[in-house]
Amino acid sequence: MAPSYQQFCDTLNRRQFLKRASIGLGVTAFGGSLSPLVASAKPGLHFPARAKRVIFLFMAGAPSQLDLFDHKPELERLHGQPLPPEISRGQRVTSMTRGKKQVVCASIFKFAPQGKSGLVMSELLPHLSKHADDICLIKSTHTEAINHDPAKTFFCTGSEMPGRASMGSWLSYGLGSLNKDLPNFVVLSSAFWSGKVNVQALYSRLWGTGFLPGKHQGIAFQSVGDPVLFLSNPDGVDRNLRSKMLDFVAKVNAEDAELSGDPEVHTSIAQQEMAFRMQASIPELTDLSSESESSLALYGPEVNQSGSFARNCLLARRMAERDVRFVQLFHRGWDHHRGLPTHLRGQAKDVDQPISGLLTDLKKRGLLDDTLVVFAGEFGRTTYAQNLDPRNREEYGRDHHPRCFTTWMAGGGIKGGMSYGETDEFCYNVAKDPVHVRDLHATMFHQLGIDHNKLIFPHQGLDQRLTGVEEAHVVKDIIA
Amino acid sequence: MVKPISLAVFLLPASLSLAEQEPINFNRDIFPILSDKCFHCHGPDDTDREEDLRLDIPDGPLGTLTPRDDYHIIKPGEPEESELWFRVTSEFDDEIMPPKSSHKAPLTEEEVELITQWIEDGGTYEAFWAFVPPKREEPGKVRNREWNRSPIDRIVYSELLKRDLSPKEEADKRTLVRRLSLDLTGLPPLVEEIDAFLADKRPSAYETLVDKLMSRPAYGEHMARYWADLVRLADTNGMHKDFHREFSPYRDWLIDSFNENLPFDDFIAYQLAGDLFEEPSRDQLIASGYNRMHMIIDRGTALPEESLHKNVIDRVEAFGTTFLGLTVQCAQCHDHKYDPLTQKDYYQLYAFFNNFAGAPETVRAPERGLQPPYINLSSPKQEQLLATFDAQKLDAEIRRDATLRLQSASEKWPENWDLVEVPFIETSRAIASKTVEFETSLSLEGEPGTAVARFIAGEPVELWVNGNLIGQTFDRKQGAAAELSAILQTGSNTIRAVAKRPTEFGLVLDYTIGDQELRLTTGPDWNTRTGTENSWTTAEAASETHWDSKWTKSAESVEVLAILHEIKRIQKERSAYLRTVPGAMHMAERSPPRQATMLVGGAYDAPGEAVERNTPAFLPPMEPKEEMYTRLDLAEWLVSPEHPLTARVAVNRIWQQFFGVGLVKTAEDFGAQGEWPSHPELLDTLAVSFMESGWDVKELVKVIVMSKTYRQSSDANPEEYKQDPENRLLARGSRFRLDAEVIRDQILAVSGLLNRELYGKSVKPPQPPGLWEMVSMTSENKTYIADTGDDIYRRSLYTYWRRGMPPPQMTLMNAPSREFCVARRERTNTSLQALLLMNESEYFNAAKVMAQDLLNRSGSERETLSLAYEMTTSMEPDRNRLKLMENTLVDFRDYYEANPDLVKSLGADFDQAPEVDRPELAAWTMMTHSLLNLELVKNRR
Repeated sequence: MAPSYQQFCDTLNRRQFLKRASIGLGVTAFGGSLSPLVASAKPGLHFPARAKRVIFLFMAGAPSQLDLFDHKPELERLHGQPLPPEISRGQRVTSMTRGKKQVVCASIFKFAPQGKSGLVMSELLPHLSKHADDICLIKSTHTEAINHDPAKTFFCTGSEMPGRASMGSWLSYGLGSLNKDLPNFVVLSSAFWSGKVNVQALYSRLWGTGFLPGKHQGIAFQSVGDPVLFLSNPDGVDRNLRSKMLDFVAKVNAEDAELSGDPEVHTSIAQQEMAFRMQASIPELTDLSSESESSLALYGPEVNQSGSFARNCLLARRMAERDVRFVQLFHRGWDHHRGLPTHLRGQAKDVDQPISGLLTDLKKRGLLDDTLVVFAGEFGRTTYAQNLDPRNREEYGRDHHPRCFTTWMAGGGIKGGMSYGETDEFCYNVAKDPVHVRDLHATMFHQLGIDHNKLIFPHQGLDQRLTGVEEAHVVKDIIA
Repeated sequence: MVKPISLAVFLLPASLSLAEQEPINFNRDIFPILSDKCFHCHGPDDTDREEDLRLDIPDGPLGTLTPRDDYHIIKPGEPEESELWFRVTSEFDDEIMPPKSSHKAPLTEEEVELITQWIEDGGTYEAFWAFVPPKREEPGKVRNREWNRSPIDRIVYSELLKRDLSPKEEADKRTLVRRLSLDLTGLPPLVEEIDAFLADKRPSAYETLVDKLMSRPAYGEHMARYWADLVRLADTNGMHKDFHREFSPYRDWLIDSFNENLPFDDFIAYQLAGDLFEEPSRDQLIASGYNRMHMIIDRGTALPEESLHKNVIDRVEAFGTTFLGLTVQCAQCHDHKYDPLTQKDYYQLYAFFNNFAGAPETVRAPERGLQPPYINLSSPKQEQLLATFDAQKLDAEIRRDATLRLQSASEKWPENWDLVEVPFIETSRAIASKTVEFETSLSLEGEPGTAVARFIAGEPVELWVNGNLIGQTFDRKQGAAAELSAILQTGSNTIRAVAKRPTEFGLVLDYTIGDQELRLTTGPDWNTRTGTENSWTTAEAASETHWDSKWTKSAESVEVLAILHEIKRIQKERSAYLRTVPGAMHMAERSPPRQATMLVGGAYDAPGEAVERNTPAFLPPMEPKEEMYTRLDLAEWLVSPEHPLTARVAVNRIWQQFFGVGLVKTAEDFGAQGEWPSHPELLDTLAVSFMESGWDVKELVKVIVMSKTYRQSSDANPEEYKQDPENRLLARGSRFRLDAEVIRDQILAVSGLLNRELYGKSVKPPQPPGLWEMVSMTSENKTYIADTGDDIYRRSLYTYWRRGMPPPQMTLMNAPSREFCVARRERTNTSLQALLLMNESEYFNAAKVMAQDLLNRSGSERETLSLAYEMTTSMEPDRNRLKLMENTLVDFRDYYEANPDLVKSLGADFDQAPEVDRPELAAWTMMTHSLLNLELVKNRR
């Protein structure tokens, strides 16, 4: 999208000044130059890329795969019966259900085949169901941790222990920036959600850089106040004054650089320039007045509310258009230990139409081909019930379940209308084609042209990688 | 034996390498190549080892110098007969080492030449430098009198000479006073302090300034901040719901230890094992809180045994990073890939830390942020008050017991009452928050004998008989019993119950007349009225009561209830008071000790062979001992004179504070994968002197800042910066961006807002809205509520640090999250930092305050501009700079005069100023704001 005339003039003025002061702009990309690894890289780092960017829809709290994606009609018959020990195999459970009876619980929701592919989806996702032929369900996803905090940290950074680099910062480090006015890695977190029970916390480490250089840090957009922290000028300072102030500062700094010889001063000048440009480009990005009624309507009624998941989906599309490399949405409220049907209905409604709208919109604009959309929670939920009321089918919950859960991908060179991997009849263990979260990471990297084994950063004497020291495999079968 | 080619030591450009050729140094030149390229498969860890070969050792069946059946790994003097040489130079994919599958780059030409030369020279190994105790070698004299005084200068100077470089002149006095002030106290010099230093023409002026700055409390605050990063000091748990966790007493202890110059060996011992001293002092206990600073989860869904394990891992990692400068955590699942640290070594260290007496998880929202064990840090006066509470409580408890004893001796108070089903009554006309009364009359024809009433209500209730208050309950649904023998009378009796809020009520009254045993209970024949009514109406049978009648078996006497109520009140008052008393968590050992075991693959639920506490075998052994080693033994071991790491690691971090980079750049890793020191002799000399001085931190700091090396000017030409960007050779003074905290403190200090109060609870300066909401899950910490008043101007060391969402003013400037130990901060330069300094509300406010202050002073505009410049940069503006400032000020003023609305929106603070002065004030605000954004202010130079 072309910048407005005013923005154009603003940028021009500042640039002209810089020329007068004969300062090389030096580093102009957000937060610095491209990573040294990619200095000569064509799109894709190690091989041709299928996707240029990622929109990651993170469902914090862990949605129930049994009630959304992984249909188990057999469970109707087994409902209320104990989970056979040969299935549960004495495997670790949380301290909430430890020592308690494991009673199988069928979903109360209806499932039906959708689209040409006949992908089976829950009635809770009527809008997403229309995109059945675009998405690839991975029903055999599994992970390590059984509690939210470590599991989220693992999904987002590849390790349960804090201190590692997050997915988006790896991509920023590996692939560099595609645009010069916007951050490379943006986090959009819903400010409200329907599932009001057990809302799990987030931590800034989920989008942190860990050991990677700080410039690859995810920038969390805010739903109140400035979208980017400290973006707006203070009251009483307008853009002209800001420009005058920066002129003065740059002149003094340039003289300082001359005297001290410190090249870092030039970087500072360039970063102040970038900050000045962001003061125009970010409001332009978050200003939805140019969106047509019909495109707003795609995302459902909540798109008009700041901080809604729907609004964030729309913003994600606008960021994709502007080539932000990695956009990560967080939607909380999926931790349904009790009253699952009620809360899940609400949560599904929160995200169903917005995600569907996002896919439609990306497709319409030709962006889905090179945008990888990923949907995942930190783990799945148990086939056995918690807080089950035998007299009321509306009253059941499910505990944390890392052994199998459903994630999905769409766009970015992933096969649509496909279901990959299988769970056993109870949806307790993976029965076929397991996909570890590490494999998901590797696959995501692969689509962006990165060999997960080769994108490394030396730290504490080790070659660190997102997928860690264990082997990870690209899920080749789901690649179109 | 000379180096075949010029080698880039620590990545310096070739142009800066040695002028003369130097012999190959195994540790510097060869070991890093072998470690990085080979050890993963041919190193200390046997899990992935290929081909029975270890390149880290020369001898033994796996060693490199041991001849194999028909070939040699290394044949001294004959590279071409050596398999090692053959493999690293091979042109064939199936022979080349490191193999392609390792994703390691092949050796560079330079590296191959080094290996070749090394084998030619005999392929001799040397012990790894960092694992050999440091030795002091008296550095040779240099031919420059100025640079001859300090061993630091001699070593630095001779290294420069070797490269045909010379040091810079001493920086000017203004730069020096600024540098010292920022480096030693984290605060810029005041203009008066600059003037005083300029005026002091004595040769001792510099040293006097150093001593003065180091004697200020701000010195301890500043030093404490570096330590805080290292031990991940913060104000919250960091996991799950991320509750408050109180560590301010530990922080205050840190400040005092640095200010009082606690010897570093004690500093270590107090932290690692303060709780194990005989009759530990308060300080020792507070310091042992170091062991509690790991991330911790609150009770809920996690498995306690897994949480316990994670806490221990965190402690071991902190120990490794902080004291050993090693990445010990790598040996959690397998032997270390690069250092000779076995998995068993790891679990022997683990055994020191797995015996914490407290719980592995905290409760929900722990009161005062404290989790047992902890001590209350009460003053004598506070203790006295607490003791008064305790005495009151004890007195009440004695009365309670006496009453119970009396009652149990009485027939009227059976141990178990009989169970009575009582019909409850209520009134449907009740209005919330109004009283409800129930009443009946009891007519007795004979003389009543014993009489006991039992009663209960859904709300606290009083029982009145014949106008006497018999007793009351204090809690909802609490059954009470009262003796009425002396109260009931022949003839008419009125029995009345009064509840403060609408409720159901039940009563059973057992009494005797002669031999007759009689009973009265509540029922529909009772009367009732509410607080709004004057007349009585008939009570209704309660439609539903939410409790059963079992209380009739266990009703407490009203006397006891009253005492219990009193005890409760005392307890409540005591804990309310206690909340104002600080407390400190400390370490404590569990008895009997928990047996440590190896954990297979590092998994908490896969115990292997049992292990005992001990230190890694490749380091000097601990003194032999019959009993189990303790953390105190571990602390003593660390500071034994032959320990190769402790002093080097500590000295290096302090050096890093003053030069931006350590002598060993990888301050967190002194192992095989760490970097070779830029000045190994200097590191050793400082380490040995540090130990010999009795671990005197202030002396070490002083020796560093007194050196000529430290005092050099940081001005250089771009070429010099290019050749040595990080100033590893120390051919100039170091220039680097100040840390987040110093940047903020400086803005507050310059504007006069800084509140220099020491110690106390962490404070919350304003931050942008919505940040905590974005991550929180509970009401306790959902919203960040900023403090008000002077508290928001405390030094940044006191800023509340939530691990899940640390203050953005800090993290944007590379402060760590304090979730894990950080030995050195990164320094980036980003647009978000530019935005922070441009727009942060308090930073901008400081500019306003400063402008107002400046305009209140007398002096010409020129003088005031010059003063503003000096206050912010510590320098005097030259004529050109002053001219530029004047022009800019005019520009700002013109703009504001043309835009009065902008002046208005600049803020209510301006309302006191007369209308005409406001554009002036606005323009000056922009001027001070501009100055605070200068590189000259942001940087230490």
